[in-house]
Order: sequence, then structure tokens, then C-alpha cells
Amino acid sequence: MSVHADQHHEPSFIGKYIFSQDHKIIGIQFLFLSLAFMIVGGFLAMIVRWQLGFPDREMPLASYLPASWNPADPAQYNAVFTMHASIMIFLVIIPILTGAFGNFLVPLMIGARDMAFPKLNMMSFWVGFTGGAVITSSFFVEGGAASTGWTAYPPLSADPQYTGVGLGQTLWIVSVLFIGTASIMGAVNYITTIVNMRAPGMHFFRMPLSVWALFITAILQLMATPVLASALGMLLLDRTMGTHFFNPAGGGQVLLWQHLFWFYSHPAVYIMILPAMGFVSDIMSTFARKPIFGYKAMVFSIMGIAGLGFIVWGHHMFQSGMNPALGTAFMISTMVIAVPSAIKTFNWLGTLWGGSIRFTPAMINALAFVSTFIIGGLSGIFMASTPVDMFIHDTYFIVAHLHYVLFGGSLFGVFAAINYWYPKMFGRMMSQPVNVIHSILSFIFFNLTFFPMHILGMGGHMRRIYDPTLYDFLKPLQPMNQFITINAFLLGAVQILFAANFIYSLFRGRKAERNPWHSTSLEWSAASPPPHGNWGEKIPTVYRGPFEHSPPGIAEDYLPQDRPAAGAPAPGRPTMTRA
Amino acid sequence: MHWLPEGVSTYSGRIDLMFYVILAVTGVAFVLTEALLFYFSWRYRSRDGVRARYTHGNSRLEVIWTVVPAVLLVFLGLASRKVWGEIKGHIPPTDQEIVVLASQFDWEVRYKGADGQFETADDVVVHNEMHVPVNAPVKIRLRSKDVLHSFFVPAFRLKQDAVPGLTIDVWVQPTRTGDFEIACAELCGFGHGTMRGMLTVMEPEEFQKWLKEQEAGVVPAEAPAA
Repeated sequence: MSVHADQHHEPSFIGKYIFSQDHKIIGIQFLFLSLAFMIVGGFLAMIVRWQLGFPDREMPLASYLPASWNPADPAQYNAVFTMHASIMIFLVIIPILTGAFGNFLVPLMIGARDMAFPKLNMMSFWVGFTGGAVITSSFFVEGGAASTGWTAYPPLSADPQYTGVGLGQTLWIVSVLFIGTASIMGAVNYITTIVNMRAPGMHFFRMPLSVWALFITAILQLMATPVLASALGMLLLDRTMGTHFFNPAGGGQVLLWQHLFWFYSHPAVYIMILPAMGFVSDIMSTFARKPIFGYKAMVFSIMGIAGLGFIVWGHHMFQSGMNPALGTAFMISTMVIAVPSAIKTFNWLGTLWGGSIRFTPAMINALAFVSTFIIGGLSGIFMASTPVDMFIHDTYFIVAHLHYVLFGGSLFGVFAAINYWYPKMFGRMMSQPVNVIHSILSFIFFNLTFFPMHILGMGGHMRRIYDPTLYDFLKPLQPMNQFITINAFLLGAVQILFAANFIYSLFRGRKAERNPWHSTSLEWSAASPPPHGNWGEKIPTVYRGPFEHSPPGIAEDYLPQDRPAAGAPAPGRPTMTRA
Repeated sequence: MHWLPEGVSTYSGRIDLMFYVILAVTGVAFVLTEALLFYFSWRYRSRDGVRARYTHGNSRLEVIWTVVPAVLLVFLGLASRKVWGEIKGHIPPTDQEIVVLASQFDWEVRYKGADGQFETADDVVVHNEMHVPVNAPVKIRLRSKDVLHSFFVPAFRLKQDAVPGLTIDVWVQPTRTGDFEIACAELCGFGHGTMRGMLTVMEPEEFQKWLKEQEAGVVPAEAPAA
């Protein structure tokens, strides 16, 4: 399976940067694509927030926006939040975690020269890119973009007469199908590469937690995404061919969509957080200068989350008309899935305990991840409880929860990962002070934006309404909506710091050394950036686990995985202590 | 302390109690973990000459922090199951039946009328308003004409999706009179945010009076909805 360096000849510009088969270039392509869509998704969020904070005032500069982005029109408001969620989930978080970092990190961290299937890898990006192009085009078609929420529940999504959106919704389905296909292609590649192409001595239990998380995530994607594809296929047929899979008038079942959709989308929630957990684990170990606490417990809890993730989907459907007895079963499984998340949190705390913590931007973002993930994890217990969910389901409590997990969790994990691996990706350093300010301000404004949403939800504030002031019981909450909006705009504005630093440093950043953070995993043994084929003549040999920080008996406080050391165990014997 | 809005159904108190129990358990976990996170970050910040402790973990700690959350979570699950069973397990016997038919963007509320039967010419039908007697169980038969809606009365802590093709029965027993808003909680199209109704809880005799007035005003031509 191993690819030899001599097979890598120097490709042309197009072969090198456009239709590249190099996992690092493909990873960077995914990164740029996701970051571009993050800007679009972020703008859409600002429009949503303006409308909710100031429903009777036109947004400044709104006249410069496309007509289909005008939130004051309730139909367009639905399109704006639908596209915000769809873009952030399908074109930002999933591709940036698995596409960008999965591609870039997996071969480098396991000591491979590239992915198992480089051509498939290239196709994965371009199929995903096509999905992005299709969803972008849907803004500009007659009737506007999809407006049925990212969950696209039929019958609303199945028949244009209910929304007035025709082609836009169909393009949404096609786009998600493309992106799902790209996911499956990527997942096959990661699994094959990790199983077959690890460097000598790289046992499974010597893999960094990023690789473990990406490995389990790929398995989730491979098992869950085809179910989404089949559901989307049925919805597409309902819309275009007049079938009745989800139409009760023709003998269809409305709830069938919800079961199929959440059978994918609940595991997808873990697809969107597990890789970030892996990155954060590796980053925290590096900057606490300590081995990760409970390595095997961390690995098994990832597996536990992934396994249980397949039997909790019904908790999205407690109030859907599903049999209440089934709700009880899903409640218990959902309660239990909080246990592995708790294990991970305690092990992160254990990693900090007795450490020698360096507050780099990557570390601050990793700490922000843990802090917000705690809140997001704990708020999930409320909606896991079927009777409590009866009140808070489809309220801003849920909106708060999901943003604590997906923004507070996944995105702070992404910020940490970009800060951490930027030198390896681009061979240059980002400005540290600027990113310290960015990470601290992001953490503050994030909490000021999303924490009050819990309180809105406790007041009964429904999701997906465009004017809360229409309800007497929500009027007292309107000042809080305005407070949230102001902080959301500040949160958005802070991101300019990060974007500017990112772009400036690409060209002007200080040149990065091989191992700027004094870390231990294999990618830091390659050049920054690594050449085509990653390693020179010889691929590295692995002698120990990935977290040997501050081991006794050596002067430095880190011992790379591939450095032979006196007294170090020979390759072939696992070195990890019991978890 | 009223963190949640006033609850006015027989089960709202039990739902709120469950909420507060979970708030207490998660609140303790929140304070504990966040405090440790910030304390450790400060206490173990990098200092000259201090080397990090070299440890890979502790099996006893792993067992403790697996078992304790598991026990707490299963307890919360079982306690929730009890409340859920009380609400969903059975519908208290009652003569007071109301059919609610949701459509874009309207709540059609139907009472039996003088003949005591639904889908007859003397049904009392009102829109976006609902009247119920206080202190008596009411059974609501929920249907939808077109897309998904969700019948949400925050003051009752009652929420149930209306699903085309299904009739879903829910019940509630109001505990005080007054006007309470009905909202749609499931995205149902461009008018989703305006699908507002008003629910009036009345003294039983006033309710009967209201119903009689409505019956008197029923236009026989009004056909039952499909």
C-alpha cells in the first residue's frame, strides 16, 4: 500500500494547485472553500440577528444586498436562516474538520506519504466544490433559496405550493447530495489510509487523538451519510416526479423523513464535534507540556459517543407525534451518551492539572472549546428529558445549545487547529498577539451572544419566527434580543482580526521552523510546509506514543514519536500506560 | 424565584420541577468544572524552572468520573420518565373534546355543538381562538391540513406537532382563568411567525354560556372541514 517517493514527479501548476492529488493541497483547498463559506454564513447570521433585534427597522446597507436576502420579507427571512444553517453545517464545519484537517493531518500524523486513493481524494474536493456552487446558485433563481430550515421537513419541503420556493429547494437537495457524496469519498479514503498506511511502529494505540477522532468520524460518515442520501433521493422524487414517499394524501409518511434525516443528522452532530475534540486533546497536551490524561479513556469515549450516536436520533422527535413510549427509550440512550462526553471533559481537566501551561492562541481557543463545550453538553441534558423538552423544544434554548456545541465547540476547535497547524500548512507563523486578542474577544462576545438565548428559550421564545414582538409574552424579552444582536455584530467584527492576520501572514508571516510548538507527533518532523511526499528518503519510524511531554531523564520537555532515545522501548512494544 | 413563565396547567408544575432539578444537577457540574478549568489554567501557568508533572492518567479517577455521571444521568432519566408517563401515559376521561385543525396559517378550533358530535352541521368553529373551562381536563385532537405545525401554549407547557395524515390526542387541565397565547412552534412557511392564537380559560358556567352563544350563532351552511 505504501507510496514511494520516486512515484511523485513534479506536476504542472494546474496539477499542483487546482487538480492536485496531494493531500496537503486538497486539505488547503477544503480550508479555503470552508472559510469562504464561513464568511457567507456569518453574514447571513448577521441578517437574522438584525431582524430579531430590530424587527421594525431596516438593516443598514440592506439596499445593497441581493433582493432575496431581505429579511423584512418573512418568506426571505426563512430562506436566510435556512441558508445560514445549511452553509455552516454542510459547507463550513463538516468540510473544514474532515475535508481540510482530515486531509492535511491524517497522512502526516501517521507517517504516510499521501492518502490511499489520491485521485478519489481530488474528486472528493471537486464534488464538494460543485455542491457549494449549486447551493450558491440557488440564491439567484426565481423564488429564491430554500426556506424550509436545514432540516427540510416535508410536506413543506416536498411541494413548492407551500413555500413558493421552486427550483431553490430542489437545488438545495441536489447540493446536499453532492456534499454527501464528497463526504463518503473522503471517509473511505481516511479509513483505508489509517488502517493500511501507518508508519512502522505506529500502532493504533500510538496514534494522536486527532487521528483517532478523524478515524471514528470517517466510520460514522460512511455509515450514516448513505441514509441521508436515500432520504434526499426520495424527497427529490417527491418534488420532481410526483411520488408520495412523504405525502400522506398518496399514502406516504410524514414522519419517515424525520426518522431518516435524524438517523443521519444525529451522528452528523458528532461528525461535527469529534474531530474538534481530537484536535483540542492534542493541542492541550502540547501546551500543557503534559501527556494527555487517560489516553485510552479518551479513545474509548470517542468510540462510545460514535456507537451510542446511532441510537439517539429520536430525541429530536419527542414532540413529533412519535409514540411517547419510544421517546422514553431515546431519552435513556441520550442521557447515557452524556457519560463519554463527561469523561472527555474530566480528562481535559486532568491534562491541565500539574501542567506548565503556555497561553498561545491555539491553547486559549482550546480552553474556550472546553469551557463552552461544558455548557453545550450540560444544556443538552435539559432537552434529553422528554417532559422538559415538551416546553423547550423548538425554542431558543435549543438554538443556544446547538450554538454552544457547534460554534463554541466545533468552531473554537477549528480556531485552535488553524492557529496550531498554520505554520505546518503554510510554512509561516501568524501574529501571536493579534490572535490572542481575537481568541479572548471571540470567547467573550460568543458568550454574551449565545448565553442569553437560554433565557429567551426559558421564556418560551420560539425558533424561526421573524418578529418576536408580535407576541405579548415575548415582548418583555425584546431588550435581551437587542443585547444579543449587538454582541453578535461585535462577535462578527472580531473575526476581521483573524481573517486579516490569516491573509497577511500567508505572505508576510515569519518563516516557521519544523516544530515551532515543541510538539511530539510526526507532522512536526516534516518540513514546514512538508514537500510532496511529506518525508525525504525515508519515512519515519515510531518509537512511542504521541504525548511524551516532560518525560523524566531528558533535558527538553518533549520527546518526538520518531526520535530513537537511549532507554526508549524498541518499536513494536506499546508504550502507553493504562488509562 | 420565577425563571420560567407562570405555569397554569396541572402538569406545568411537574415539568418545571424537573427543569429545576436538572438545573441544580447541571448547575453544580457547571460550577465545578468551569472553576477547575479556570483555576488550573491560572495555577499551572508556565513558570520558569517548573516542569510539568509526567503522568498518563489514573484508572481510579476514570472509574469515578464515569460512574458518578452515569448514575446521575440515569436518575434524571428515570425521574423524567415518571413525569412523561403521567402526561403521555393516558388521557383523563373527559367530555370536553376539541378538534384543532392547523393549516397555513390558521388554527381552526372545533367544538361538538348541540348534538354532541363532530363533523356535523352544528359544530362550533372558531379561528385562532380557543375557549376552555378551568379545572377540568380537556382533550385536544390535533390535525393538520397541509404541512407540519406545532400547537404550543407556553403557559400550559404544552407542545405537540400537528402532522398531516395523523390525529394526535393531547390533554390539558388548566388551573386558572385568563388569556394565554397560542403559538406555532414548527416552521410551516412564510407566515409561521404570525400563526398566533388566543386561548381563554373561563369559569365553567361562563364557558357554557360562551358555547351556547356560539351555537346560536352557527351558520348551518358552514360545512365541516375536509
